[in-house]
Amino acid sequence: MKQQNIRWGLVIFITPMLLWLLLLIVLPQLDMLFMAVRAENDLGEMGFSLINFKTFFFEPIYWRTFARTATFAIFVTFLTFVITLPVAFYITKVVSPKFQGFLAVLILMPFWVSELVRVYGWMILLRESGFINHFLVKFHILDKPVEMLYNDATMIMGLVYTSMLFMLVPLLSVLESLDNSLIEAAYDLGANMWTILIKIIIPHSMPGIVSGSIVVFMLTLGNYLTPNLMGGKNGLWFTEQIYNQFIASFNWNQGSAFGFLLLILSSVIIWVGLKLSKQKLGQVMQ
Amino acid sequence: MIRNLPQSKRYSLGFKIYIILFFVFLFAPLAITCVLAFNDSMFPALPWKGFTLDWFTGTSIERTGIFHDQINLDSIWVSFKVAFFVSIFSTIVGTMGAFLFEQEEFRFKQVLFFLMLAPLVIPGVILGISILLLSNTLGLFFEQTFGIDIALFRPGFWLVVLGQFSFITTIVTLIVSARLKKFDRTLEEAAMNLGATRFETIIHITLRYLKPAIIGGLAVSFLMSFENFNTTLFLVSSQATLPINLYLQVRDGSTPVINAISVLLITGTSILAVINLYFTKSED
Amino acid sequence: MQESGKDSIDLSVHNATKNFGDFVAVDSVSFDVEKGKFFSILGPSGCGKTTLLRMISGFIEPTVGSILIKNQDMAGRPPNQRPVNLIFQNLALFPMMNVAKNIAFGLERQKEKKAVIDKKTEEILERVGLPGFGEKKVDQLSGGQKQRVAIARSLIMKPTVLLLDEPLGALDLKLRDQMKVELKTLQNQVGTTFVYITHDQSEALVMSDHVAVMNNGIFEQVDTPQNLYAKPATPFVAQFVGENNKWEITIDKVSERKALGITKEGFKFSMPLEENLQNDDILQFFLRPESILLQPDPSIRDLNRFFVSVKTILFDGANSRILALLPQSRREIQISLPQNRQFDHIKIGDKIEAGWNPGSAITFPQEKVVA
Repeated sequence: MKQQNIRWGLVIFITPMLLWLLLLIVLPQLDMLFMAVRAENDLGEMGFSLINFKTFFFEPIYWRTFARTATFAIFVTFLTFVITLPVAFYITKVVSPKFQGFLAVLILMPFWVSELVRVYGWMILLRESGFINHFLVKFHILDKPVEMLYNDATMIMGLVYTSMLFMLVPLLSVLESLDNSLIEAAYDLGANMWTILIKIIIPHSMPGIVSGSIVVFMLTLGNYLTPNLMGGKNGLWFTEQIYNQFIASFNWNQGSAFGFLLLILSSVIIWVGLKLSKQKLGQVMQ
Repeated sequence: MIRNLPQSKRYSLGFKIYIILFFVFLFAPLAITCVLAFNDSMFPALPWKGFTLDWFTGTSIERTGIFHDQINLDSIWVSFKVAFFVSIFSTIVGTMGAFLFEQEEFRFKQVLFFLMLAPLVIPGVILGISILLLSNTLGLFFEQTFGIDIALFRPGFWLVVLGQFSFITTIVTLIVSARLKKFDRTLEEAAMNLGATRFETIIHITLRYLKPAIIGGLAVSFLMSFENFNTTLFLVSSQATLPINLYLQVRDGSTPVINAISVLLITGTSILAVINLYFTKSED
Repeated sequence: MQESGKDSIDLSVHNATKNFGDFVAVDSVSFDVEKGKFFSILGPSGCGKTTLLRMISGFIEPTVGSILIKNQDMAGRPPNQRPVNLIFQNLALFPMMNVAKNIAFGLERQKEKKAVIDKKTEEILERVGLPGFGEKKVDQLSGGQKQRVAIARSLIMKPTVLLLDEPLGALDLKLRDQMKVELKTLQNQVGTTFVYITHDQSEALVMSDHVAVMNNGIFEQVDTPQNLYAKPATPFVAQFVGENNKWEITIDKVSERKALGITKEGFKFSMPLEENLQNDDILQFFLRPESILLQPDPSIRDLNRFFVSVKTILFDGANSRILALLPQSRREIQISLPQNRQFDHIKIGDKIEAGWNPGSAITFPQEKVVA
């Protein structure tokens, strides 16, 4: 019976899935790759060429931005983890259960607000005419206001701020599932807080840490808004290079090559991360 | 250590201070944005020059409040429309995806599952440009082969909807799957045993059980769409969505009308988040 | 206990009290446990036994009172510096480590040499009957094996006192019975002092040298298992340890030689004569099901004899009972039904004779109602 009847349930459920994934994910990526390996030849005709990739490797500005973006994104991911782990631990394990739900809601609230509003908030806090400078000058800590925007440190802080939610949520859920008696048992067997952190809490939280890190890393790598508005003018982010190729130079083939490289970069780093932490993507993302 | 264990004063005090600093860090930019929306000044900056509602209701040329600022109002309306369609489409397809991955068995299921997760690891900017490229290719193809110009393939409203749909659907699929995973399938078997068809069972039993997750999916997809910037950036035409429109104003400097918009956004999203929380909590 | 010297006391709890806000979880509990003994604390859930155990292990500081281990005051010492180890109710084996790593965890914290740790781990696995299990993952073990790993993980630390928090609770009945015997044997072999808490009287009675019955934060009685059963000190112990038929009786008549007890239903029987027994005294009266004889031999004298009608037969192997109705009342009593084939003829609805020796009853003056 199963062999002859068409399984209508399956057909109904799978059709929109296939359309979505094929038309909006697979084909566009293939088209991007196709565009990336094409360029005009000397006669002005389009044809297969690796010139776009060659440009990338021979123009220091491009590959340096690329390397810088990758390094910063890894650093931002690590920093986000270090900052949010104590917070997630406090909410799930330390604070009295009365406030637990309230704190969890409160902490997620700002992230529902548009990234643009959040970045804008930082801008009016930090810029030369901003809130912090106003008070520093008023209380004579500074003689005249200094520009705190447009440097790497501020940009990193902005990127951490923007993506903290995506580390906090998996950490909260994975720490929620950590049985308190494991911590107590380790304590009873002579462990101190540091050993408990290294031997019990972090190994238990690994799936959450990895899934949070993947999302944070990916969002940071692909972020345009925060580096553009908070970063320095000479410290480009790779997405800005892509944007420039598409919108300013109108060189779509070059832009596609950059896009493809960014995609490879994010895939490789995520793959390495999964290997190092011995986790599987399918499990981590659920 | 943990809450039911005795702990040293220094440890618990240090921890408390850290948490307080974290919350200050978290809320400072939003708080200051909201406060400056009511400052009677031409710039979103201190000093405080008195309270005003001009940036909401003002009508003069140099002080146009958000309620009379046609360009910003238009972009809010565009964002609403985009978010409306994206949330509906994503939720429908995402729910079907949840059924597909949780209840159906088929060959290459694992492959399709990984493909479904792919939008999570593709940077939003790349999604935007790749969809732009494909639509451009298709547009050219149709124009050259059939001589017809299809508006859908040019940057604009529907391409923005499609671009956002392409990754938000993954999120909804994961949200609905998480609840469907906990569903007791003997309930479906019981319904079928009592004479219901598969279709009736899904309508009366399974979808009813999934309601909180579906509402949650709608809310999350609406918010994600409303605030999306990275993907939208490449697909937008002259009809800018609110984040794109705000971006230009923030970059080039503007009056505190942006603060007023921010106040509205913060209020709106908070209300939506609380409603969503209420629904998911009360039905669990 | 009194004559043994102070050195033989491993654990000494003085006046331990713990308040959570207005609620008194543990109320001035004092006791000593001698070296090498198996001491159980038996009580219903919520009686304060877990709180008491957590105070001994250091997870909770007592509000008042002191805890001495080998004559050393433990006040202010965190759990990781106390010579006691706890076996958790859910065992709390670390799922992120294999069996050997679990067992080695404590020694590694003491910076023991790796070779020594490996050797000790092997020895202890052997001792708990799991040789060669070191490389297994925790989730590959059966319930009983997990039990043994948890015990090994604590015993390897050579604690002065090993605390056990109902570790058998999760096992099924057969395995639990088997583990009771194993645990007792193991304790005899290693000679470590065990403090075991449970709500299951059979666990406490089978394994322990001494049992404390705890209720509402206080110790009702500390005694050997035999005495708890035969001579309960309070009505609570009488009801909590073993089955009992309970009545409230009024003393009707005290003669030189005997007294008469009357239940509310008007059922009368003779009572052992005790001092201070007055007419119209109200007593709580307990009678174990096995104290009631079915169809007692007419030659036995001085029995309270009466007829009951059989309502139900509760067959439960060696533990079988008859649920019977007393004459002229709806009052049910439980009577042991020995499975020696002698009573196979008894059927529901039968009227049969039963009787008990007045000396086997346990009585207490009526409890004052405590608010």
